[in-house]
Amino acid sequence: MKFSEQWLREWVSPDLTSNQLAEQLSMAGLEVDAVEPVAAAFDQVVVGEVVECGPHPDADKLQVTKVNVGGDELLDIVCGAPNCRQGLKVVVATVGATLPGDFKIKKAKLRGAPSHGMLCSSKELGLDDEHAGIIELPADAPVGEDYRQWLGLDDSMLDVDLTPNRADCLGIKGIAREVGVLNNLDVQELAVSPVAPTIDDTLQITLQAPQACPRYLGRVVRGIDVTKPTPLWMKERLRRSGVRSIDAVVDITNYVLLELGHPMHAFDLATLEGDIQVRMANTDESLTLLDGQTVSLQDDVLVIADEKKALAMAGIFGGEQSGVTAASSDIFLESAFFAPTAIMGRARRFGLHTDASHRYERGVDPELQRTAMERATELLLEICGGQAGPVVEAVSAEHLPKAAEVSLRRERLAAVLGISVADTQVTEIMQRLGFKVTANEAGWQVEVPTYRFDIAIEEDLIEEVARVYGYNNIPSVAPKAALKMSRRNEAELSLRDAQRSLQALGYQEAITYSFVDPKHQAALFPEQATLTLPHPISVEMSSMRLSLWPGLLSAVGYNQKRQQASVRMFESGLSFVPDTTAENGVRQQSMIAGVIAGSVQGEHWADGEQAVDFYDIKGHVENLLRLTAHAADFRFVASQHSALHPGQSAAIYLGERLVGYVGAVHPQFSKTFGLKGRVFAFELQLDAILQRTLPKASKISRYPSIRRDLALLVDEQVAAGEILVVIEKFGESRLVDLNLFDVYQGENTPAGKKSLAISMVLQDVERTLEENEVNEFVNGVVELLKNEFDAVLRDG
Amino acid sequence: MDLNEILTQAKAAVAAASTPAELDDVRVNYMGKKGLLTEQLKQLGKLSAEERPQAGQAINQAKQELQQILNARNDELKQAEMNQKLAAERIDVTLAGRRANRGGMHPVTRTIQRIEDYFGQLGFSVKVGPEVEDDFHNFDALNIPAQHPARADHDTFYFTPATMLRTQTSGVQIRTMETEQPPLRIISPGRVYRNDYDQTHTPMFHQVEGLMVDTDVSFTELKGILHDFLHHFFEEDLEIRFRPSYFPFTEPSAEVDVRRAGGDWLEVLGCGMVHPNVLKAVGIDSEKYTGFAFGMGVERLTMLRYGVNDLRAFFENDLRFLEQFK
Repeated sequence: MKFSEQWLREWVSPDLTSNQLAEQLSMAGLEVDAVEPVAAAFDQVVVGEVVECGPHPDADKLQVTKVNVGGDELLDIVCGAPNCRQGLKVVVATVGATLPGDFKIKKAKLRGAPSHGMLCSSKELGLDDEHAGIIELPADAPVGEDYRQWLGLDDSMLDVDLTPNRADCLGIKGIAREVGVLNNLDVQELAVSPVAPTIDDTLQITLQAPQACPRYLGRVVRGIDVTKPTPLWMKERLRRSGVRSIDAVVDITNYVLLELGHPMHAFDLATLEGDIQVRMANTDESLTLLDGQTVSLQDDVLVIADEKKALAMAGIFGGEQSGVTAASSDIFLESAFFAPTAIMGRARRFGLHTDASHRYERGVDPELQRTAMERATELLLEICGGQAGPVVEAVSAEHLPKAAEVSLRRERLAAVLGISVADTQVTEIMQRLGFKVTANEAGWQVEVPTYRFDIAIEEDLIEEVARVYGYNNIPSVAPKAALKMSRRNEAELSLRDAQRSLQALGYQEAITYSFVDPKHQAALFPEQATLTLPHPISVEMSSMRLSLWPGLLSAVGYNQKRQQASVRMFESGLSFVPDTTAENGVRQQSMIAGVIAGSVQGEHWADGEQAVDFYDIKGHVENLLRLTAHAADFRFVASQHSALHPGQSAAIYLGERLVGYVGAVHPQFSKTFGLKGRVFAFELQLDAILQRTLPKASKISRYPSIRRDLALLVDEQVAAGEILVVIEKFGESRLVDLNLFDVYQGENTPAGKKSLAISMVLQDVERTLEENEVNEFVNGVVELLKNEFDAVLRDG
Repeated sequence: MDLNEILTQAKAAVAAASTPAELDDVRVNYMGKKGLLTEQLKQLGKLSAEERPQAGQAINQAKQELQQILNARNDELKQAEMNQKLAAERIDVTLAGRRANRGGMHPVTRTIQRIEDYFGQLGFSVKVGPEVEDDFHNFDALNIPAQHPARADHDTFYFTPATMLRTQTSGVQIRTMETEQPPLRIISPGRVYRNDYDQTHTPMFHQVEGLMVDTDVSFTELKGILHDFLHHFFEEDLEIRFRPSYFPFTEPSAEVDVRRAGGDWLEVLGCGMVHPNVLKAVGIDSEKYTGFAFGMGVERLTMLRYGVNDLRAFFENDLRFLEQFK
């Protein structure tokens, strides 16, 4: 809410500067976002009157004028504004004046005509953006008066960002009340006296939904002139509150809204057919709103209707058909209390947010309707003339909110705040807030005024006491708690262990959006359904990621575009897989994924430059798996994945469970993600690698080990890993090391065959192995491999 | 030749030897089986019994002397040979080593981990939860019923009216309180989402929320722990102020601003005493227990700590940006 400081100070004026006042409000929970001057800096600008006005002899669009600014002589001023005319009261920057932007007014000649000053538009004075013409002052503006002084432009606009609970401060009245409390000052309340009716016209009002609208006041006013200009003082206050002037009737209702925080509405009486009903809309009932949009209502939307039709969406927006226009002369004024629950969410449903809905959905004082009605009538008659009928009030007392009774216990106050506030101080704070306080043994019984509808429970009162007492007067104390160790399983690894492991291998952590481009996702995972955001930031950010790969691959493309020769990145986070059996229909799985591209270690003077390949990333994954101390339980199985190269991809299994993939990104996606060269990726379900085996020490052999090498010829299709698994299993505890140290295929191997060189290290814990035992073992392995893989020993 | 002549000659030969091999030849020439000194010993038999001991002693002395000279010369030559070898193996130690590049953590993660560590010292455990949430955990249980104006402030990404991307990590607190009884000390870091994208907002960002529920937890303690945290986090002298605010799930509520030397007040976190309705929603006796909760934006803290000016840099994943956080 924006408001003029001067306006507030008419109600209550503490001895504080603008900034001190802003600081005080902020520290009381009414956060002031900005304090701005209501007009830019300028001087020597006065009120004048155009005495003569005629065309410029040499310029079509200019006029030459003689302007009276109260001095001995009339000023010659050339003006280009189309609304400049004889008799008009204007704002004159005299010679020597400085306007905003350090614009100095000097004696000048415009196309040969002398010009000793300038007639100003609002924009030229930094008041607003209006520059279609010069400012037109009312006829009674005092010629010669300093404009700045006369209009009180040395004023500040305060912008308060109110929290939803403090709707009572959505008007000058409420803010003044708060300032009064904070400074212990009395507030000069607005004196509103009832306007005596001079005509008898009324409309009957029926409350058909008294829970939603327990109080509705209506009044007929006849014979008004909507075309009467809004007085300057009111326009200025509206402007300083960030509200545009529309016409006199709208300006008056807006003025009351700002002043009292109470929304009002006016209907064109001529459009009403019969009496007024406040009822729920019928399903699919149609209403054309003031902005021209036609909406189809539901039966939980409250409307103001006559006997034939809905007129307005209650508390939210008026209807076009019943709206007041320049031609209206008889109107029906509304001042009502609508229950917040009947308004909440409705405006948003129709894409609306109005000053009225903003207040009604947060809450309006249920006792303020008559004051608002009388205040608006008073202003209306004063500005637009006309004759007012009697106020008709329909009320359902049982549905009106009651003043809340809340008790506050001394003990609870101390327990929540951690300090004890003196009883007299608590009482005083609450009394200043306008609460009716009765002391009792345990503390206080408090009756809360209707405008503080946010106060409902004891904690609300505690907050009020703390707020006025001052949060910064409450000490800071270290918390006390029992020193109890929390259980930490040694076998549990943390995400940080995995992150450190990748970091040591040169991976940089990335954080990519959880929503990705559906085109990217569909390309990588054509078979999988995805969860889609119905209202995303953009289409490119609308598909919940099934994998961390789309984000990471985009990041690779992004960096390669910026000349990064080598990219290594990883990310951890959730993937979102639609699954009707999972909570909220989506399986949210923690993943860890990495991508590499470019060279292994850049260009090195000794080693040259080598591009990364599958075995680099596989090595990184193996390194990660080794954290678990049971890496042997994981298997890499040649496999197909829609995102990966069919000949360079492996599924990763933990036992029988598929826990991830590693491989070369399918080259067909290079263009999709803007990738250069080969890119490799892995992804693992995080929980598969976060359990490690605890060490169990075994005896170290004192006897020598014996190494035997095997050179085998096998079919080129045989997976080397499977051979190793078979040997491993055969070797049992005596086989202490097994390594495949060479793979060869070429001149010396028969077509379709490859040669594998495998070393085996044997050792026994109890004794030195005999030559014949070793031979027997090797023969056993050879025999087994022949049977299982048709492997033969190479000669020599 | 007499013994002295032999010895003089031998010494000259030792000095002249320039390699261990030549030196060995010298040794053989004088002390080998047919060496000149060995021959002298063989001649002893020809001498009388009276002359023999004296002559024998002289020969042995000569042998010992020669041996010493040989040893010394041998050491010299070996040393020279080693020096030569070492000189030949000299390399340029200023050339780059084989690179094992170190990666790094994302600055947002770095900040989260620092926060986890500070609160971890005080016995707060880290809890995480789902990011696709239901309205009970994201709103209702946090005292934000349907239609509450606070819901409108959240710019929520809805999937259905009842499911959404979480707008705050508070749902994790609810999930924890549903299954665990006080005393509770937890923090919940993670991604949160709001439908807002401009200079100062990204549709995804990170929060860390904290919760402590116990008997006798008070506002003074909330102030204490956050004062402590902010001083440790920024490692500099700063002013801290608590400003009354409103969150549906806390009462009293506060926003916390910090001011660094010469700067303006900057809002860094929100906090308050857990609203009794929240405790009720998860079946904790709000008469017996009180609690405080706080929440902070990780990106904001990271920007202030490391001088990052553009929020969007966090999710561009430009390596030139990320690699500054080693």
